[in-house]
Amino acid sequence: MKIAVCIKQVPTREWQPRLNDQKTWVREQDVSYEMNEPDAYALEEALRLREKHSGEVVVCSAGPARVQSVVREALARGADRAIHVEDDRLGAADASVVAGALAAAMRDEQFDLVLTGLQSDDQGHGQTGVILAEGLGMVSSTIIMEVQVEGGSLRVKRELEGGWFQWIGMPLPALLTIQSGINQLRYATLKGIMAAKKKEIRKVALPDGLQPSQQIVGLAVPTRSKQTRMIGGSPADAARELVRCLREDARAL
Amino acid sequence: MILVIAEQRDGKLNRATWETVAAAQQLAGVAPDGSGGDAIAIGVLGASGSAAAGELAAAAVSQVLVAEHPTLDPYTPDAYIAACRAVIDSTAPTIVLLPHTYQTRDFAPLLATRIRSPLITDVTGITGTGGDATFTRPMFQGKLAAQVKPLGAAPAIVTMQIGAIRADAARLGGSPTTSRVSVTVDPTTIRQRPEAPFREAKQAVDLAQADRIVAVGRGIKSQENIPLAERLAKAMDAEVAASRPICDNGWLPMERQIGSSGQTVAPKLYVALGISGAIQHLVGMKGARTIVAINKDAEAPIFEVADYGIVGDLFEIAPALIAELEKG
Repeated sequence: MKIAVCIKQVPTREWQPRLNDQKTWVREQDVSYEMNEPDAYALEEALRLREKHSGEVVVCSAGPARVQSVVREALARGADRAIHVEDDRLGAADASVVAGALAAAMRDEQFDLVLTGLQSDDQGHGQTGVILAEGLGMVSSTIIMEVQVEGGSLRVKRELEGGWFQWIGMPLPALLTIQSGINQLRYATLKGIMAAKKKEIRKVALPDGLQPSQQIVGLAVPTRSKQTRMIGGSPADAARELVRCLREDARAL
Repeated sequence: MILVIAEQRDGKLNRATWETVAAAQQLAGVAPDGSGGDAIAIGVLGASGSAAAGELAAAAVSQVLVAEHPTLDPYTPDAYIAACRAVIDSTAPTIVLLPHTYQTRDFAPLLATRIRSPLITDVTGITGTGGDATFTRPMFQGKLAAQVKPLGAAPAIVTMQIGAIRADAARLGGSPTTSRVSVTVDPTTIRQRPEAPFREAKQAVDLAQADRIVAVGRGIKSQENIPLAERLAKAMDAEVAASRPICDNGWLPMERQIGSSGQTVAPKLYVALGISGAIQHLVGMKGARTIVAINKDAEAPIFEVADYGIVGDLFEIAPALIAELEKG
């Protein structure tokens, strides 16, 4: 089975955002990056499916040159090769442009299965996977918690809200957006890191004519919806004051 | 015209639909007494949509459209977008609004791609009215809020974050016309075969009934530290709950998960211990009466919804709290 995994590089969870002068994007020079967490689960799922059904796992990423570090990391974890649509404009691109760029680069590969994370931890549109499926002419299903391949078709467990799930059958080729927690992640071994250096990363140019579907006109730290009483002091002092507030003011204890 | 696509299953309306109606009324410029503003239509899709349509006819909107077809139950994206297109074609809206549910997330990008419309997801606020509106949506896990405008041909499709606008803000008292929209779905175009929904855990604990909840997040660091949260919960006479990563790791059972994929709660007291406050978690607990956030990161989004906040090491604060509570 020929499996593609789409991976995005996003700022780390610890990163504190600083805005650019136009206040339309973040100051990229301040950012430290990591692999988008749901994409890491999608990669792990692809590696497990390859172990079970044999075949190939190809990592696909659209972004500036910096995304090579997460592509290499995916190769070190066990992916066979990579496709990188490289362009500086992809760093802040929306889901329409990213999906369009990936579709153009992936179309000729004729993948059986494409996995992506359900959304990115940066822009968080939650659209790229489904738009990409349409661009590749595939059926898609989202927020997936289990994948079973049976002959030429799929049976997947889709997460609904409030603790409900549903099994869905569909033909291959297909695209699935993977929910975090679907499996236990593996990390790269030293052997994997060494092997990754020899694996192919095919670079593809960003095609012309991709249109964004939205424009960020302003970016800001969110305004507080609530007046928060911050309690300082030593742990013992803070604990004493919080318990007093909860007993006497909020009457919550 | 602004079009709301309602969400219902088995005649039962998803409550988030009323939030979306309230958003549409704001976007349309409807006055507080329910008068004036742009026309609003609500589309109700399903194998049988009449019950939900009847309920929605109480809203201050101009029309309710029922698009029924046997292939719409159970939900599949392929049948659903065919019905959406029929409702969109019959109303020619400038904006289509939907609640940002898991079902919407499954089909809205496909719908937007098919009709070549821009899609803006997870919107928490609207500035301005009609086609000139700007939409606020979270980025970078809620660390920043972006003001966004759609680009491209109308209608723009916009999905509203659950809980961003109160359902009871929806104005009632219109006398909308109710009519039917004919839907044609070729069953051979439906590529998915859904099975019946099911629940995995027996829900041994009903967190929705708990008066007090102590919830733990990534900040607890390892499974060995869970008993610390349990001791704090015991001292507060509270139930223990968790954010998604904790349950994903198996440190606490799935039925103790709070958030969009777990339970939604509104207790008297909610103590968030080492929870940063990703949107998926906030939607499950921001209705709590009193929220306490304890986190080492002063910039964590959880403080946005907290009534009381302590910035510090939970491994120092929680034992101090337990000692204080046990003093009586």
